[in-house]
Amino acid sequence: MSLQKDILELREKKAIYEKGGGDTAIEKQMAMGKLTARQRILALLDEHSFQEYDLFVEHEERNFGMDKKTLHGDGVITGIGTMFGEPVCIYAQDFTVMGGSLGLKHARKITKIMDHALKMKVPCIGINDSGGARIQEGIGALAGYGEIFYRNTMASGVIPQISVILGPCAGGAVYSPALTDFVFVVENISKMFITGPGVIESVLGEVISQEELGGARIHAEITGNAHFYAQSEFDCFDQIKKLISLLPASNTKRAAKVEPKVPSLKKQIGQIIPQDPKKPYDVRDVIRAVVDDSDFFEVQELFAPNIVIGFARLNGDTVGFVANQPLYLAGVLDCDSSDKAARFIRFCDSFNIPLITLEDMPGYLPGVDQEHAGVIRHGAKVLYAYSEATVPKVTVILRKAYGGGYIAMNSRHLGADFVFALPSAEIAVMGPEGAANIIFAKEIKEAADPDAMRAAKVQEYVDKFANPFVAAAKGYIDAVIEPNETRNLLINTLSVSKDKDDYRPEKKHGIPPF
Amino acid sequence: MTEATKDSEFVDFAVTARKYKTLLTKKFINRKEWETPNPNNIKSYIPGTIIELNVKPGQKVKQGELLLRLEAMKMQNRIDMPFDGIIKSVNVNVGEKIPKNFLMIEIE
Repeated sequence: MSLQKDILELREKKAIYEKGGGDTAIEKQMAMGKLTARQRILALLDEHSFQEYDLFVEHEERNFGMDKKTLHGDGVITGIGTMFGEPVCIYAQDFTVMGGSLGLKHARKITKIMDHALKMKVPCIGINDSGGARIQEGIGALAGYGEIFYRNTMASGVIPQISVILGPCAGGAVYSPALTDFVFVVENISKMFITGPGVIESVLGEVISQEELGGARIHAEITGNAHFYAQSEFDCFDQIKKLISLLPASNTKRAAKVEPKVPSLKKQIGQIIPQDPKKPYDVRDVIRAVVDDSDFFEVQELFAPNIVIGFARLNGDTVGFVANQPLYLAGVLDCDSSDKAARFIRFCDSFNIPLITLEDMPGYLPGVDQEHAGVIRHGAKVLYAYSEATVPKVTVILRKAYGGGYIAMNSRHLGADFVFALPSAEIAVMGPEGAANIIFAKEIKEAADPDAMRAAKVQEYVDKFANPFVAAAKGYIDAVIEPNETRNLLINTLSVSKDKDDYRPEKKHGIPPF
Repeated sequence: MTEATKDSEFVDFAVTARKYKTLLTKKFINRKEWETPNPNNIKSYIPGTIIELNVKPGQKVKQGELLLRLEAMKMQNRIDMPFDGIIKSVNVNVGEKIPKNFLMIEIE
């Protein structure tokens, strides 16, 4: 019966360790409106699927009285489990144990589960809730961060990596989320910054709250560091599950196919897009009009809304959408929207997700701030990402496709596999007004009525060039299609390109304009 | 933001020669408008603390002479006179913490 005794002892010991920092610390955590690390893991994973690793790992620090301290789990919970029956690796920093501070053993638990995820080719989810480096451990903590960042980089493009910010994530710690594919934040709970308000005030005299400096909304809307923004932890968990359901487990697989559904949005594309190219509409309605169940899962909804990115399903298969959004800033490309689109394109390409581009854009955003912010090198990322991608690439030109924007938005010239245009498409070197002003400058200047002459010349340009047929005549677009044909055509292109094989020269890696 | 958006909320937004009806982003509205820099205005290029001040209004100063030292990020930065001239005004004191782009000294 001694084994029975051992089992009971194990249960007792586990029960103590599983409480992390203990009841008082747990109450404090709850009082901050936060779940505990263990509650978070259990809420995310399928019921009874969590298998913990390294519960009994202990730190080895002997200075500053640390030798007398027992830190349960060393402030982080790690393990494996399933989501919708599919395996994932997961870790959650435990703020109730010494503020979730990161020491060497804490980091080594994380790197162990990351190594495991990479070897087993399953997604890795990291929940961040930590005061930062455990100062008592000195450079041991720094070593720990570095070892995590290295693994984030090694795993990049091999397995999906997800970071969830459910508490503070400050200083060097922010670079792990920044290296991962998707960052989730929650209003009032997430805080991310390199230097906090205290340091900023003492060094620079600038007074700012944690929320204003690096709260959830700031990262979702202004910095673009976050990809998903939620009002509560449970909403956030739903978003994570939805994302995981759309992705393959690794770069050697394809996302699981599900039962195809017809779009539920009854609006037709022809009714959504106004004929007047100066009038806005919500391009997400066009996406909803073509995808299964009209279910579009948008990424970075609040950041650079002049471009829309996200996942949906077409005939049951996951696809990635990149679409200009005329609703904001007329759908121009600028520094932020270029960064947003380029990174998403590279994610889809890494994980075998076909790309569908919906184009309606007047060009790049003019302005000194844009030029000085480096719109040249930011904009170049889009060209690089599209050209480099070998997944099936489809473009539908909805309306305007002018100038550099036409080239950038997955044109034939950058290697698009299929390019379609609606009859409303205008594929030209620039907008008719600008073109007429340059080509007919002399006629307009010398006319008795320059305004009337300009209007006439603009109309002449519109009639001749603001249509899809000039490009169609050169074979730059494959077909001019009716709006209602879009969904079926997209489905056909994907089924044709299922086994697409695209040649790329051998190289160690390219040098994208980071 | 979609159905609720009324036509009246759209603004005219010029891209090259044409104006489009669209919405603006917070970031776009808050962007800094470009100002041609005035060489007579000596502004702080980094936030910091004035730890030394060598000039007074009315003083003639030669190019390359030290105007002040601005300590920022534990570095004591020299701010020198960009060309020969007369100091018009001094807007900082020793020990003062100033933000970035603060007009420290004006030259006549």
